[in-house]
Amino acid sequence: MAIKKTALAGTLESSDIQITLAPAASGGIQIDLDSAVASQYGDQIKKVITAALQGLGITDALVKAVDKGALDCVIKARTIAAGQRALEQTEPAWEVL
Amino acid sequence: MSKNNVGVDISDDILSTYDYKPFAGTQLGNPVSHRVAPTVRAQFGENKVVDSIAQVVKAEVKDGMTISFHHHLREGDQVFNEVMQVIIDAGIKDLTLAPSSLTNVMNDMVVKAIQAGTVTHITSSGMRGSLGDAVSHGALKTPVIFRSHGGRARAIETGKIKIDVAFLGVPNADEQGNANGMTGDAAFGSLGYALMDAKYANKVVLLTDNLVPYPNTPASINQTQVDYVVKVDQVGDPDKIGSGATRFTKDPKELKIAQMVNDVITHSAYFKDGFSFQTGSGGAALAVTRYLRQAMLDKHITASFALGGITKPTTDLLAEGLVRKVMDVQDFDKGAADSMHTNPAQQEIDASWYADPFNKGAMVDKLDVVILSALQVDTHFNVNVLTGSDGVLRGAVGGHQDAATAKLTIISAPLVRGRLATIVPQMTSITTPGESIDVVVTEIGIAINPDRQDLVAALSHIPGVPVFTIDELAAKAEAIVGKPAPIEYTDRPVALVEYRDGSLIDVIHQVKE
Repeated sequence: MAIKKTALAGTLESSDIQITLAPAASGGIQIDLDSAVASQYGDQIKKVITAALQGLGITDALVKAVDKGALDCVIKARTIAAGQRALEQTEPAWEVL
Repeated sequence: MSKNNVGVDISDDILSTYDYKPFAGTQLGNPVSHRVAPTVRAQFGENKVVDSIAQVVKAEVKDGMTISFHHHLREGDQVFNEVMQVIIDAGIKDLTLAPSSLTNVMNDMVVKAIQAGTVTHITSSGMRGSLGDAVSHGALKTPVIFRSHGGRARAIETGKIKIDVAFLGVPNADEQGNANGMTGDAAFGSLGYALMDAKYANKVVLLTDNLVPYPNTPASINQTQVDYVVKVDQVGDPDKIGSGATRFTKDPKELKIAQMVNDVITHSAYFKDGFSFQTGSGGAALAVTRYLRQAMLDKHITASFALGGITKPTTDLLAEGLVRKVMDVQDFDKGAADSMHTNPAQQEIDASWYADPFNKGAMVDKLDVVILSALQVDTHFNVNVLTGSDGVLRGAVGGHQDAATAKLTIISAPLVRGRLATIVPQMTSITTPGESIDVVVTEIGIAINPDRQDLVAALSHIPGVPVFTIDELAAKAEAIVGKPAPIEYTDRPVALVEYRDGSLIDVIHQVKE
C-alpha cells in the first residue's frame, strides 16, 4: 500500500525522533536519516522504522527521520503515528501496536 | 607490539618514533628528573609596552617554534584568535601549538592555522567541536599529544615542552609586566595554568586591555618573567569567561546521582574533620557541594581544603567556615574569581603545585575525596574523557588523571545519555586507568572497584544506594540502548594520550569515513 498524504509525528527534543512520511509511487521505503548516533545505531534505527511501516501495510514511502537519540520504542511509536496519519486512519490500528 | 598496563596494544614503531614507554601503572615511585631553565634576555627598566601584536610576532616568532597560550578566558577568549591570525598572516610555518587547553572559541582558528601550514604539531589538554572533528579525520600529519594539567606542568619543567614564545592574556598589567587575574573587565581569578608558561617560556608576552600604574600588586606573574606587554582592545568577553551565577540543577537524574555521591562520601572513612575534596563544575558536582554542606553542618565537620577548579558553591563553603582553605588553579565562575580577590584563604596555585607528579609534592597527593565525570567508563573502571562514542575527539584530560589519584575517587555519570551508554564493555579511548577509580555512581546505583574491599565493606549497605558490579551496570545500559555497531578506525594514529608521568596510556586512531 502506498500512503495518501504527507504526515509527521514526533519532535526535535532530546531522546525523540521526528518522522516525516511523503508519498512515493514505487521504490519501496526510502529512509533519509539524520542522527548523531548514526555510526553506532543507524542500521538499527532504519530497521525499526521499516518494520513499523510494513506492520501498517505501507510498502512505498519517502521517510525523513531526524533522530535526537531516541530509543527503539520511541522510534516505533513515532513511526506508527506518522504512518496512521499518512494513511488517514482516524482510529489507531490497535492490533499492530 | 607491547601491551600497556590497561591492555592497550602499542606498536614498537610508535614507542620508538615518539620516544615513549608504555603506561605501567599509577604507582610512580620517586622519579628523579632535571628541571630546565628558560633563556633570559636582561632588561633594565625600559618600557616593555608595545602597541601591536604584529611587532612582537615579527621580532620573536620564527618557523618551527613552540608557542603557547592559556585557557583561563575560556569561551570568552579574544587573545588566541587575534594572535594566531597575525602569525598566519606573517606566513610563519611549522609551529608547535602548546596551550594549556583549547576552548571552542579557538577551534576554527586552529583549523585555519593547520590548513595554512602554520601549525603542524599540537599538544593540549583537550579539543572538541570543529577542531576535534578535523583532527579525528586526519588533519594533522603528526599525532596530537594529550597531557593532563599535571602532565603538562611536568613536561614543561622537564623540557619535553620547550616553549619559545608564550602569549598570555591578562585582565591587568603594568608597563613592566606585573599582572594578576583578579581585577579588570576580563577578570577570571586564578592564573594557575599560565604561571607555568610565565616561568618557563623563553619569551613571555602579556596581552592586556587594562594597563595600570606601576607597580601592580598582587603580582601573580611578575616583571622578572615578562619580555613584552601588548596593549589590546579587549582580552576577553566577560559574559563568556565564566557563567555569572551558578544555577543548581533541577534535573532529577543529576540530583539523584548527586545524592548518592554524597551518601558514598559521608559513609566513607574519609568523611571526618579535616578532610579534603575536589569537585568539578558539572551539574551533579555542584549539587554534591550543596548536599555535602548540609552533611558537614549536621556532623560538625569542616574540611581542611578544597582543590582544583573552583566554583561559587565551594567559595561559599569557605566564607561559611566549612572549608578552611581553597587551593585554586582556576575559577569556573565569576563568584569564585571574586572570592579569590577578597578572601586571603583562597590561594592561587600553579599547575605544578596542583598536580605535577615529578615535583617535590603536589596537592593532589594530599587529596581525600574527588568527584570526576566521564564520557565513558569500561568494565575495568577505566575512564574516557577525551573521545565520544563515535571515536571523535570531544573532551579534555584536564586534571582527571591527576585528581583521580585521590584516596576516594568517585566517577559520577548517568547510566545512559540519550541513546549512548556511559558504562560500556569497550570504550573509544582510555584517559584514566581503572586502578585509580574507586566508585562509579549512576542514577540507578553504584559500582565499587573490587580492588577496594574496604570500600565494598563501608558502602554496601547504605539505604537507597543499590550496589551493582560494573558488569551489571554495563549490561543494564545495553538493555536500554541496544548493542551499538563497532566504530571503525584506520591504522593512522591521530592522538597520543599520555599518563601524568609521561608514559603512553592510549593511542587514538583516525575514524573511518
